[in-house]
Amino acid sequence: MENLINIFIKSIFIENMVFAYFLGMCSYLAVSKTVKTATGLGIAVIFVLGITVPVNFLIENYILQEGALTWISPAFASVDLSFLSFILFIAVIASMVQLVEMVVEKFAPVLYSQLGIFLPLIAVNCAILGGSLFMQQKAFLNIGEASTYGIGSGVGWFLAIVGIAAIREKIQYSNVPAPLRGLGITFIVTGLMGLAFMGFMGIKL
Amino acid sequence: MNFLKNFFEKTEPYVQKGAKYHWLNSVHDGFFTFLFVPKKTSKSGTHIHDFIDMKRTMSIVVLALIPSLLFGMYNVGYQHFKVIGELASTGFFDIFLYGFLKVLPVVIVSYGVGLGIEFVFAQIRGHEINEGFLVSGMLIPLVMPIETPLWMIAIATAFAVIFGKEVFGGTGMNIWNPALLARAFLFFAYPAQMSGNSVWYSFSENAQTIDGFTGATPMAEAAAGNITYTVSDAFFGFIPGSIGETSTLAILLGAVVLLVTGIGNWKIMFSTVAGGLFMGILLNIFAGSQGLSEEAATFFGIPFWHHMVLGGFMFGAVFMATDPVSAAQTQKGKWIYGFLIGVLAILIRVLNPAYPEGMMLAILLMNTFAPLIDHYVVQGHIKRRMKRAKVAA
Repeated sequence: MENLINIFIKSIFIENMVFAYFLGMCSYLAVSKTVKTATGLGIAVIFVLGITVPVNFLIENYILQEGALTWISPAFASVDLSFLSFILFIAVIASMVQLVEMVVEKFAPVLYSQLGIFLPLIAVNCAILGGSLFMQQKAFLNIGEASTYGIGSGVGWFLAIVGIAAIREKIQYSNVPAPLRGLGITFIVTGLMGLAFMGFMGIKL
Repeated sequence: MNFLKNFFEKTEPYVQKGAKYHWLNSVHDGFFTFLFVPKKTSKSGTHIHDFIDMKRTMSIVVLALIPSLLFGMYNVGYQHFKVIGELASTGFFDIFLYGFLKVLPVVIVSYGVGLGIEFVFAQIRGHEINEGFLVSGMLIPLVMPIETPLWMIAIATAFAVIFGKEVFGGTGMNIWNPALLARAFLFFAYPAQMSGNSVWYSFSENAQTIDGFTGATPMAEAAAGNITYTVSDAFFGFIPGSIGETSTLAILLGAVVLLVTGIGNWKIMFSTVAGGLFMGILLNIFAGSQGLSEEAATFFGIPFWHHMVLGGFMFGAVFMATDPVSAAQTQKGKWIYGFLIGVLAILIRVLNPAYPEGMMLAILLMNTFAPLIDHYVVQGHIKRRMKRAKVAA
């Protein structure tokens, strides 16, 4: 239990997808104009990460790794399918995003139109694939750890995008120099947010 | 003062739009309104103008910083003579003079660079000169270690004023506290000069130091599990540290000024201290638990009230967290904002071995999330009132 809490906190704050690895920047920058849409996209990302990471964990451990297929027959002990990991991970992510898209379209059509192209684009959001690849690299012991990591990373990304959306709403009326309006000031804000998040770097859990 | 007033009134026509020296308009206006209360009145409707405008607000904050500054100067000299072992044989004024001469250049550089940039921006962008920098320019020297080279102060000030403030549109628009941005910038860009044990004292390379001198601040000692400074030393401020942060007493004097004039927000100050105490007590409880290393256990076990007088906690709580621009704007938001600063500051201080002190990063982090807190508080209000409206209808 303690271990799970550690992984959760770590993936939210210390290894924050946006501020520690700069992953998922495209939708982070593009859909952060208002807190409402940012919240919608953030929840979608939490959901997708929370499902794909454990599913990919199972695929990794029961199909892809060297010797993972021994549950079918001991003869497969030397089979190593890890070269397929990118393709399979992406396939899982794409199908999950498809599912999310259908659910959002059915139950929140307003949000669906606000998110626009960025909802299907979650499929190629680097934070999502990054979550699965970090999972592979970190070699989690069981599916509980993997799903905690997935949800934690999603929550970290959610916090980042809602935070910047609130800041962007606030500076909407600021007298920003003309050349910096829009994306320019957003990049500066992102950098300064990263500076503020540095407080968590180095905490050992 | 009359001749000054005459001078400004006489020169006014020359700096109007279209006149010869119109590009000096904002400089003229800046100095004029700094020295004299503006006599502008509204043209239509009923308006009440308070004399407490931005200039006078800022002046009061600077006034509140004076005790910390003076004590900081004295402490710089005090630590210097203590280290070279001549404390007993040096008079009060020599000690103060030494510190004064050490601190003054830092203040001058900070004001010079910051105000210079402000003036340039005001001229180019054609807005009035903002007085926000009067406070930032005073805060920046006070949060720096005494041995910070002056060129670093200049770079950090420039960074803070340009990227922390001017790109957002000047005073009142910034998201983060400029003084803390300056400190954080130096902290991450030049870690060797901003932390460690050799930057908190001022003495020349080959000076003779007393036996057993390590240069560790109380915070560094606390991380190592052994504080040699007493609580009263830390309260009165005779400890090494950044220039203005050491004396809790001087800071509290400033806090009284801020609270009596109503410029510092008591909710933020109170909740920050409450958050710090809460986290301190929590850590005290966990200090006895299994699996902690001996050092961590002693650091956890520092009495919760001791945290208040160490490091920059009080200085941050009184002068930094209460910055009305970067703090949360809603009343409920202020409680949440302050409380989380206190909690995070102690958390980073004790749990993060990478940083000896957590106040700076805790405030910067909460500055980041202050707009979000406000957003949720406001949404909560809207929801509640909508509900009430439905019931009435």
